[in-house]
Amino acid sequence: MSSENHGKDIAPLSDPGLPAHQHRRTDTDPKAAKKAERQIGILFTISALGALLFIYSYTFMAENLFIFMPIMGSTNAKQLFLGLGMAISLFFIGMGAVQWAKTLMPDHEVIAHRHEFRSDESDREDFVKTVKEGAAAAGLGRRSIIKRTLGLALGLAGISPLLLLRDLGPLPKEDFAKTSWKAGTRLVTDPGNRPIKPSDLEVGGVAQVLPELPNGVVRQLSDVGKDAVLLIRIRPEEFQLDAERLSWTHEGIIAFSKICSHMGCAVALFEQQTKHLLCPCHQSTFDVTRAAKVIFGPAARPLPQLALALDAEGYLIAKQPFNEPVGPSYWERDSA
Amino acid sequence: MTATERAAGTVANYVDERTGAAKWLKKTVTKVFPDHWSFMLGEVALYSFIILLLSGTFLTFWFDPSLKEVEYEGKYGPLSGLKMSAAYASALHISFDIRGGLLMRQIHHWAALLFMVAIVVHLLRVFFTGAFRKPREFNWLIGIGLLTLGIVEGLLGYSLPDDLLSGTGMRITETMIQSIPVAGSYLAYFIFGGPFPGEIFISRIYTMHILLLPGIFLALITVHLMLVWYQKHTQYPGPGRTEKNVVGYPLMPVYMAKAGGFFFIVFGFTAFLGAVASINPIWLYGPYTPGQISAGSQPDWYMGFIDGLVRMAPPLETHAFGHTIPWNILIPGLIIPGIMFTGMALYPFIESWMTGDKREHHLLDRPRNMPNRTAVGVMSLTFVIITVLNGGNDIIATHFGLTINQIMWASRIGVIIMPPLAFVITKRICLSLQRADRELVLHGKETGRLVMLPHGEFIEIHEELTPEKKWTLTQHEQLAPLAIATEDKSGVRNPKGIRAKLQERVSKASQEQIEKPTSNDILELGDGHH
Repeated sequence: MSSENHGKDIAPLSDPGLPAHQHRRTDTDPKAAKKAERQIGILFTISALGALLFIYSYTFMAENLFIFMPIMGSTNAKQLFLGLGMAISLFFIGMGAVQWAKTLMPDHEVIAHRHEFRSDESDREDFVKTVKEGAAAAGLGRRSIIKRTLGLALGLAGISPLLLLRDLGPLPKEDFAKTSWKAGTRLVTDPGNRPIKPSDLEVGGVAQVLPELPNGVVRQLSDVGKDAVLLIRIRPEEFQLDAERLSWTHEGIIAFSKICSHMGCAVALFEQQTKHLLCPCHQSTFDVTRAAKVIFGPAARPLPQLALALDAEGYLIAKQPFNEPVGPSYWERDSA
Repeated sequence: MTATERAAGTVANYVDERTGAAKWLKKTVTKVFPDHWSFMLGEVALYSFIILLLSGTFLTFWFDPSLKEVEYEGKYGPLSGLKMSAAYASALHISFDIRGGLLMRQIHHWAALLFMVAIVVHLLRVFFTGAFRKPREFNWLIGIGLLTLGIVEGLLGYSLPDDLLSGTGMRITETMIQSIPVAGSYLAYFIFGGPFPGEIFISRIYTMHILLLPGIFLALITVHLMLVWYQKHTQYPGPGRTEKNVVGYPLMPVYMAKAGGFFFIVFGFTAFLGAVASINPIWLYGPYTPGQISAGSQPDWYMGFIDGLVRMAPPLETHAFGHTIPWNILIPGLIIPGIMFTGMALYPFIESWMTGDKREHHLLDRPRNMPNRTAVGVMSLTFVIITVLNGGNDIIATHFGLTINQIMWASRIGVIIMPPLAFVITKRICLSLQRADRELVLHGKETGRLVMLPHGEFIEIHEELTPEKKWTLTQHEQLAPLAIATEDKSGVRNPKGIRAKLQERVSKASQEQIEKPTSNDILELGDGHH
């Protein structure tokens, strides 16, 4: 241990210095040098051929010619040879240059010296003196009115432009807590926008639905990001729900927000055998039979359940809006 | 004098009379650079940045950074007539209708991956060899800044095409912002101009991706290189190499040819990847809509550690006083990455405090001679590798027939147990290597040749090392641990008592070394050694 050699007289080995320079074959043998020159010439020629391949592929090759390549399978020839031509033309310029440097350019190692970065004591003193004299000449220390007002002016001038960023976006208000679902809103298919009857969905079936919009209203993606609902039908006896949640289902059809309560991805994978819903982003897994209880993964809350009912024409509707905000957590969210 | 020389002379004279450049250039073209394969890692990063600028500029000529809804009418049949954003449609247009457009997109994406790989490997080289020590702390900090910006720039870049995969990534990003206590929902609304996805974020991240961040990159890279130039490059230890000199090849012509040639090699390599290896086939993902997703959603590799951390986070949330704090997002998404990057940035200062070494260093360390630093590095690397692996847990599960459950628990336990284990093992390996070096210097290299002595004993012939090799193995200095007096001679306690004690402890642990052989040791062995 190094602590033991404290005080012990250490005589380090000595630096034998830079080893003697060894000549390359190309330095001593003109034939070898000529050969190296030819090699470099070949490398540059290959590059030029690559450029020609590039030009040919760009100009003359058919757009929809597909060829079979090992590993890659069926490949668009134009795309492939454009790229290969470019790769060859660039790569071999580099190879030629490096080969040139390695075989023919001088390989004598050179020694340069380093200097400490710290300035001389006298330079430092001079600098401090100059700065002090400059500051004194401006009178920054004495003229307190100037100092204070300038500080105020600079501060305000610096901060006030931040105000310009205010219109980057609206205030969130209650947006995060609201969706387009209201009591009586019909469920419509996505895509298709057709209302749904319970008989449209077989046991084990899944459908993505959205709230029906009043005529003339265009659906925004930001609405889909909160409104998307997954409709799942299982056998009613498989539910393990309390009376209220059971009353939100209809003939084995249960509806959950499709927006993951973890990070907002679409919870899209339904496993029929286990009745599990899986989010492909971070693998949070929800049990459909137990009101989308989290059984695995980083999600901390179940998916909100949408209460279902039938309207007079027999179409599925929302009995009431979601009773909690859908999607990921945020600071103002007020429910467990 | 030939005509070319005369012409060159006229131009040079014109420029020099107006700038005096010759004075500076004559020194510059003979500047010495040490040569080592590991010094090209930073070069790869620089060159991939240039490739990114070139290919990126090409892509901007057609890309339309807008979320305006359009109907696709391009050449790719399967998406024909589909409603999508103008951004996605123009990315498809570049891929299918512009000759070489797909090639450029793929080169751009491959170069981005290569850029990040090169930055990370370059950072590891700088870390393990101690190149970050005084006077190069500024460049270390700039490097950490470039790494951080690179991650952000990459994320924004692959989000631009507005395909289903990247939209999902943006949704996750928005959630991370939204999860920040107090200001989160406001920040998310300001950044995305309202509820996600809204209609404006693509043009905003476009400005960030092609103007703001590249501008900062250019500035930081310029300063980074100027400092390398001004402070002169570090060099590996060896005969004739000291703290006071630089041994290497002059810029003109050897280094120019090598470095310039290497740029073309890197460019050619990325073009090759762009030609043969499909990357981010956005036409297969379809346009983004928040209600859909594809299985196996993966970020690019450099985001993998955050994704892996998020995936292994336990489902913790606090609900109190009408507010929600989602720890399952904050801890893996913001707090741990924050600690990681702050720790990295501060490391040079922490090490200098631990060793008490405030001197300039230009000779690099062999990693084994700094067991503590090397162990810290391998420990951190182990942590990151486990998180990156867990970021691909779904892919690993399907490829190796494992369950997500097994991988998740292996990662959760592994991420806590493996790093300290890696620290201990690495430190032991370093000390063993030091011991092996000592043996080599004192007893020479085993040749495998056995000789029978007259009295029947077998010995193996050991070949003495060359003086150059001996010097390389023993040139490093072995600092003694700090000894800080807790009280001075007259018994007055050191006001920094506890801190000093802590520093002494840490210093002792960090300076654990196998004593390197000295001339005395070699003399003591005498002629009798085998």
